[in-house]
Amino acid sequence: MTDQTPVLSFRGINTHYGAVHILKDVDIDIYAGEMVSLLGGNASGKTTTLKTILGYVQPTTGEVLLDGVSVNDWSTADRVAHGVSMVPENRRLFKRMTVRENLEIGAYLRSGEDLSTDFDRVFDLFPRVKERLGQKAGTLSGGEQQMVAMGRALMARPKVLLMDEPSMGLAPVLVAQNFEIIERINKAGTTVFVVEQNANMALSIADRGYVLQTGRIVLADTAQALLQNPQMREAYLGEV
Amino acid sequence: MIDMRRTFRFGLLAGGAMAFLGGIGMIESFNERTLIDPILRMGDLFLYGTLFVIAYIAARGEINILEEPDYRAAETTATGAAVGFVATMVTVVYALLITAVDVVEFFPNMDEAMVESLTFEQGAPIGLALLGLASVIVGAVGGWLVSTADGLKQSISKVVGWVLGFALLEVVVTDIVESRDVSRLIYSPNGGLRLWSVAVIAVLVVYLSRRYSGRLTSFAAEVSNADSKSRLRRGVIAFLVFAAIVLPMLLGGILNELMINVSLFVLMGLGLNIVVGLAGLLDLGYVAFFAVGAYGTAVLTSPLSPTFSPQLNWWVALPIVFVLAAIAGLLVGTPVIRMRGDYLAIVTLGFGEIVRILLLSDWLTPLFGGSQGIRRIPGVDVPFLGEVGGTRPEFFVYLTLIFVLIAGYISYRAQNSRIGRAWAAMREDEDVAEAIGISTVSAKLLAFVTGAIIASFAGALFSAKVGAVFTNSFDVLVSIIILVVVIVGGMGSISGVIVGAFVLIGVLGGPKSPGLLAEFAEFKLLFYGAILVFMMLKRPEGLLPSVRRSRELHQDEMSQDAWLEKGGDFTADDAEGATT
Ligand SMILES: Nc1ncnc2c1ncn2[C@@H]1O[C@H](COP(=O)(O)OP(=O)(O)O)[C@@H](O)[C@H]1O
Ligand SMILES: [Mg+2]
Repeated sequence: MTDQTPVLSFRGINTHYGAVHILKDVDIDIYAGEMVSLLGGNASGKTTTLKTILGYVQPTTGEVLLDGVSVNDWSTADRVAHGVSMVPENRRLFKRMTVRENLEIGAYLRSGEDLSTDFDRVFDLFPRVKERLGQKAGTLSGGEQQMVAMGRALMARPKVLLMDEPSMGLAPVLVAQNFEIIERINKAGTTVFVVEQNANMALSIADRGYVLQTGRIVLADTAQALLQNPQMREAYLGEV
Repeated sequence: MIDMRRTFRFGLLAGGAMAFLGGIGMIESFNERTLIDPILRMGDLFLYGTLFVIAYIAARGEINILEEPDYRAAETTATGAAVGFVATMVTVVYALLITAVDVVEFFPNMDEAMVESLTFEQGAPIGLALLGLASVIVGAVGGWLVSTADGLKQSISKVVGWVLGFALLEVVVTDIVESRDVSRLIYSPNGGLRLWSVAVIAVLVVYLSRRYSGRLTSFAAEVSNADSKSRLRRGVIAFLVFAAIVLPMLLGGILNELMINVSLFVLMGLGLNIVVGLAGLLDLGYVAFFAVGAYGTAVLTSPLSPTFSPQLNWWVALPIVFVLAAIAGLLVGTPVIRMRGDYLAIVTLGFGEIVRILLLSDWLTPLFGGSQGIRRIPGVDVPFLGEVGGTRPEFFVYLTLIFVLIAGYISYRAQNSRIGRAWAAMREDEDVAEAIGISTVSAKLLAFVTGAIIASFAGALFSAKVGAVFTNSFDVLVSIIILVVVIVGGMGSISGVIVGAFVLIGVLGGPKSPGLLAEFAEFKLLFYGAILVFMMLKRPEGLLPSVRRSRELHQDEMSQDAWLEKGGDFTADDAEGATT
């Protein structure tokens, strides 16, 4: 794997909100077809990492690379066009639009193309969504919203799918199903980068993981190794 | 049984409303206009009209409680009369108070003259008695009407509608009729309908509606049921187009003038609708683009443009004006692109005023004439017709209608295209819209530029029509009124904007121009405010809402419905069906 160019990488990224230093010398490499998790507690800088990838936040130093090309001065729209899609924290559907409109707008950059195969793919992963096409997204249950949010991101046919805390606010049984689906998406060829606090769950399906603590990467290893790591077990996996 | 407390409350409401209308001087000033020669003046119409409506509502509420139909008429009439009586009491106390205590210093309208206007110019004892009598009678009639048969109710409301229509639109009717003798037959020399023409209208309306209304409704049903390609449907469309072409020639100067004003506001409403309704950018300085269009045209075409005076033909100036407007759109749009919601509103409000003040400033006076404005702006050269300006409103109407069509087409295309979807997404969640690949910067700029260009249509037409531009045509009130037109019509809805402009600008009048009811001028903004408040409470999606907006505003009811359609399956478990 190491001889490939990573599809997504951070090189010495530092970010600030005003004077507050958030990400500190962060290096991340994600290779095609991988499933990588970024673990960290509250306010450790996980969302900021994703925002930096999409260009909402500009790093003060360091480079974001997509397929080896620095995209620091690319707009968000250009990065999305390059194949990066995000399922935002708390899903953030367009609540006033119908489920169908939410999915359609997910494929915004391919407007005018035939979307039927994309719809089929989403229905295949989430049969429930098909029943709800005409319903307003704001009236869906939390679990359904998560499905539509993932469907919306998939409609763009992303090469890399970013997910910000997909388990947040969902019942445990739904979380498990969610991760099963993420695994299926990954197996079907999409590179997935999942940000999570729920380390156990995330590591159970990931290939590799990074651990973020107050903006600094403190551990980086294969998922297997992280699950065994005593330091990790103590701090994040809820064991003493 | 009559619900006494409820009746009393409605009476207080009616009395308060009557006292208020008197207190702001509306009755006094409206009473200068006679509607039906000896018996009805406009102020009285408003005074007792208000009471009538409130009595009607009070009595209608009563009917639900009543079980025995025999008592209905008696009880609703009694309720109405009671409302009238309580209202009188309030008004009498108020009138006596004003006569006793001098408050003119604080409320300039609350003087003896106002009391006179409330009491048929009879002064305290007799006038107040008359007021009471009239109120009780009007209230009773309002109440009685509730219990009448539907057919009778319809006939009465038709007659009242037509009579009031003829009375209120006296100026317009006289203008259309053109012959002085004919209008003298209908209207009295003192103004107002003659009593016998009221009788003729009433008889005609009843007779014609009895005779033809059935056929008319069945014809309308036939037309709406006919499929879109049928001959009937085509015939109707052809007739409407024909009517649109012929109508301005038949309408008098006043109505054509009014049509032009309405059309200019339709144009600006359509433009602002793109910015506010579709893209969700609350622009309170929209008048600036109207000013750019008007002043641009003035400078480019008028021989009296102070410094730079190329004296171009209007059609040649037009594309240049569009470019100027587009640049203005970018100039306003670029700095505010990162602002949201209320900040954007405040900054654009500032921009609008800056444009007006700059035009007045010493610095730009050499170019734009300052407070002198720019005069002698030529009309529009039209083949075969020659120069068409404000003096030939019957032709100018066509010109504005053409631009309305163009703006309507642009709006329609924009709304239903990719950019329309991008705006809808951006309006709801800007960050997520970005994450989907929408460039919100370009989407916003495009909205500003399109809106600016459409406003410049209106500006260019306005210059050519009026023949002169002055800065006071472009103050902040214009921006606000355009916004109200869009809101009342229905944000995001093209037909809504058109209806809104007709109702507000056409009937009440624009910021600088009178509407059909020219008497309203002084109280226009009061009506605007009242309509706006009423709409926000009762129909926030506007008169003719866009499908999307009404869905947005009635979210809760819709979700209820969706739930009911599913057969009330409330226990639907998220876990089931989430995966295969
Ligand atoms: N827009 C912002 N402005 C200032 N500080 C912010 C902003 N967004 C996040 N922060 C701060 O940055 C830190 C990291 O936030 P975030 O990346 O959202 O954490 P996480 O997603 O790991 O919970 C937090 O302390 C948060 O308060
Ligand atoms: Mg977060």
